[in-house]
Amino acid sequence: MAGAEPLLSVSGLGVFFGGGPDEVQATKDIDFAVYPGERVGIVGESGCGKTVTGLALLGLLPPATTRIVGSAMFEGQNLIGLSRDRLRRVRGRKISMIFQEPMSALDPVFTIGQQIGETIRTHFGASKAQARERAIDALASVGIPSPARVHDSYPHQLSGGMRQRAMIAIALVCEPRLLIADEPTTALDVTIQAQIIDLLLDLSTRNGTALLFITHDLGVIAETCTRMLTMYAGQVVEDAMVDDALVRPLHPYTSGLLRSLPRLSERGTVLPSIAGRVPTLRDMPTGCRFAERCAHRQVGCDQAQSIARIDATHRVRCHRHADFVLPGALTEREAAA
Amino acid sequence: MRGQSRLIGRRLAQIIPVIVLATFVVFGLLHLVPGDIAFTLAGENATDARIAQIRESYGLDRPFLVQYASWLWNALHFDLSRSYLSNEPVLNQILHRFPTTLLIVCGALSISLTIGIPLGILAATKPESRLDAAVTSLASLGVAVPNFWLAMLLVATFALSLNWFPATGAVAFAKDPAKSILHAALPALALAAGGVAEVARQLRSGLIEILSSQYVRTLHAKGLSPAAILWKHGLKNVSVNLLTVIGLLVNRLLGATVVVEAVFAIPGMGSLIVHAAINKDFPVVQGVVLAMVVVVICMNLLIDILYTILDPRVALK
Repeated sequence: MAGAEPLLSVSGLGVFFGGGPDEVQATKDIDFAVYPGERVGIVGESGCGKTVTGLALLGLLPPATTRIVGSAMFEGQNLIGLSRDRLRRVRGRKISMIFQEPMSALDPVFTIGQQIGETIRTHFGASKAQARERAIDALASVGIPSPARVHDSYPHQLSGGMRQRAMIAIALVCEPRLLIADEPTTALDVTIQAQIIDLLLDLSTRNGTALLFITHDLGVIAETCTRMLTMYAGQVVEDAMVDDALVRPLHPYTSGLLRSLPRLSERGTVLPSIAGRVPTLRDMPTGCRFAERCAHRQVGCDQAQSIARIDATHRVRCHRHADFVLPGALTEREAAA
Repeated sequence: MRGQSRLIGRRLAQIIPVIVLATFVVFGLLHLVPGDIAFTLAGENATDARIAQIRESYGLDRPFLVQYASWLWNALHFDLSRSYLSNEPVLNQILHRFPTTLLIVCGALSISLTIGIPLGILAATKPESRLDAAVTSLASLGVAVPNFWLAMLLVATFALSLNWFPATGAVAFAKDPAKSILHAALPALALAAGGVAEVARQLRSGLIEILSSQYVRTLHAKGLSPAAILWKHGLKNVSVNLLTVIGLLVNRLLGATVVVEAVFAIPGMGSLIVHAAINKDFPVVQGVVLAMVVVVICMNLLIDILYTILDPRVALK
């Protein structure tokens, strides 16, 4: 991707909740870039700030209780601090977002068609007939077998997989440059999950839509994305090409996540897991945020860690990264095969 | 559509047992009232033979269940028998008095909605603001104020001191619509205080919940304007809550007319039943109860049908 201009360039992004003396910081110094057509995964446990980061980019966090610092440059404008009106012209048109639970993310009292149509009409001012035609096309393009019928259906009349397809159709109907997918498969059956992932992959390649895939499922990222950001306790701890990270993770947390992926070849053995849990926002350690759960902790880990660039595509937030070789999900030999 | 007709059919099937139960309970309660209506009807110094004769002619000597069954049978044929006191057919009395009460209830309902809905929306769009706090405290006040006290206050101020409205009585709507509304204004206002409060409160909390829901977040993510989100999606979703409130409100308003009609000396259904109950005019009490039950059931049915139109999820269940 070197040479091209990034589509989205996030730097120093931090989100604060609460305000006043009780204010807590949910994410800190988030830096990353997404290039046109690139598929980037954000992975991490629940509560590490993945979703908050996605919502912050589109200004979807409640403004009364949220403070956002840093910048997110997208097509020459900073999304952070953009006026409500201008941000609205980006939402759904240039950047779309899909969510985990398609049932609660769709308005129950409007038909699928009305919900796609209003997006088209908001951004393009199309007539009702044109909007209907485009909406049906959009539903067909996400692999819905009878798009005209689904167009006139209410969300509760569809299955979970169909709902998520409809949700994707709504998000992509205006052909945005970036799709933020927040755990889009977590609430679905495994077979449906695979279909939705294939669909997203297909649409992203076909339309050149960049994808920011937020998930706690590394398997999904390995299948979909070219690059992955590991987030821990509100920080990016590693940024690497997926192929690279699967074999040679540099951060102990990434390694831990990779090792805790179940593998068929290891039946009967105990699945490794990372002991402990993510620190809460109120008692965030001042030093390395992962130190408490890290098997490699030693002197120097109580210092705040900065993210270091290893090469053109790899960054890590661990001062000891050069000291050890961490296991990934695949060995070098497996990766080669 | 099939779901709708099934729902209506099911509701209609429920009406009969509800009517029977309600009228049976009232019939039973009336028979527990001490004192014998035959004595009253016979007048002072009546002989035992005269009293027995009256008892027989009114059918009061028959067993309780037979009396009830005969009343019910006649009621099914639109014969609610005659008033003990005036000998006027009960149905005529009800048909004569009902429009007056209906005008007051409709007036109170429209005042509740026209003031309550905007207040609720305003409060919900700016939760935790001063405006919201004002609406919330106003709503608490509205719920807490007893309507008979408010009624007396309104009479004292707007009828007796300022002379803007008539203090008592009613005029038939058919005879003089303007005068009729003028007479109904203060009673409707007295009843509406609680209604305004209820509508504003329910709309506020319903709308706040909807506006912070996940599907509203999706609407924001699609680039819709806050106005479109509130007026299109917010209102359609909250209309289901509103419908529930209206249903409960109408039932309560019908009940509350009993007190308010007494304060304003209005010849409506409320004063009719009070007067009849005091004078042991059982057929009238029974008739008014039946009429009220039928009105409440029809109102609930109408609301259930509206549910299926507003919320596509209802018809299927």
